[in-house]
Amino acid sequence: MIDLDETDRQILRALRQDASLSAGELGRRFGLSQPACWRRVKRLTEAGVLTGRRLVLDREALGFGVTVFLGVKLATKGRVSLDEFERAASAIPEVQTVEHVLGLFDYRIRVVARDLPDFERVLRRRIMTLPGAGNVEANVMLSEERLPGPL
Amino acid sequence: MLDDLDRRLLRQLQSDPELGTAALAEAAGTTPAVCSRRLARMRDRGILRGQEAVIDWHRLGYAVHVSLRFTLDKTHTNAFDVFIREARKVPEVLEIQTFLGGVDVRLAMIARDMAHYQHLYRSRILTLPHIADIEALVHVASIKDEEALPL
Repeated sequence: MIDLDETDRQILRALRQDASLSAGELGRRFGLSQPACWRRVKRLTEAGVLTGRRLVLDREALGFGVTVFLGVKLATKGRVSLDEFERAASAIPEVQTVEHVLGLFDYRIRVVARDLPDFERVLRRRIMTLPGAGNVEANVMLSEERLPGPL
Repeated sequence: MLDDLDRRLLRQLQSDPELGTAALAEAAGTTPAVCSRRLARMRDRGILRGQEAVIDWHRLGYAVHVSLRFTLDKTHTNAFDVFIREARKVPEVLEIQTFLGGVDVRLAMIARDMAHYQHLYRSRILTLPHIADIEALVHVASIKDEEALPL
């Protein structure tokens, strides 16, 4: 595990908002030289803390009006069926995330669709037909906010 | 509306947000000048909002990741607002989503270990206002985590 000082935390907070900030811009903001800042970003990247970047797009403007969180319970279990289920679920283009969880469900899946009829199509043709899929619970997302986390 | 070139650019950028204009233009089959113009237009229209850094919380010592699903006591007219306002104050909460369906609100929360989780659960979560019911899904593994849109 890597130890962070206050400057590292400030850098992480800033990059979480805007990953395209250069070492020079970050340095000016936090009173560091460009090379000093670059070394800090490099250290955070090499330690695996910064794993990459994600493009932030306006889903609705791109025609994806519906996001649904699914809880899926497998009907049959066993090593083989888990792998098969995971592979098939990950291959669905509308599926954004697949998480293996413990609790009421076996998997948590995030799906985007153009609208509710489009979601129904994805659910019936793609999700319900996944190998081993049993009970499926769907919750349509109304709003979402992301927070900086404990930095 | 977006045309095929815009979509190609977004697809390429989604899979590699760090691509420079020249590489991006080549991958999408256009010139750097056109590429820059298209990106600028999508930024102006708010479609392309930016890039955020992805942080691996495990590497910062947060080994536990839990999805908390709440049903709220909706006899209080402002239950959602009050609940969300308080949930935002918990530093370990990374995401807040609201839903239409069986679940009202979901919080994604991280903790250093199970003892820390239990402490947070008792001192910060159970004390949130207007909770009718809580379920926890403990994250075991991330199978797909791109959050890409099927453009």
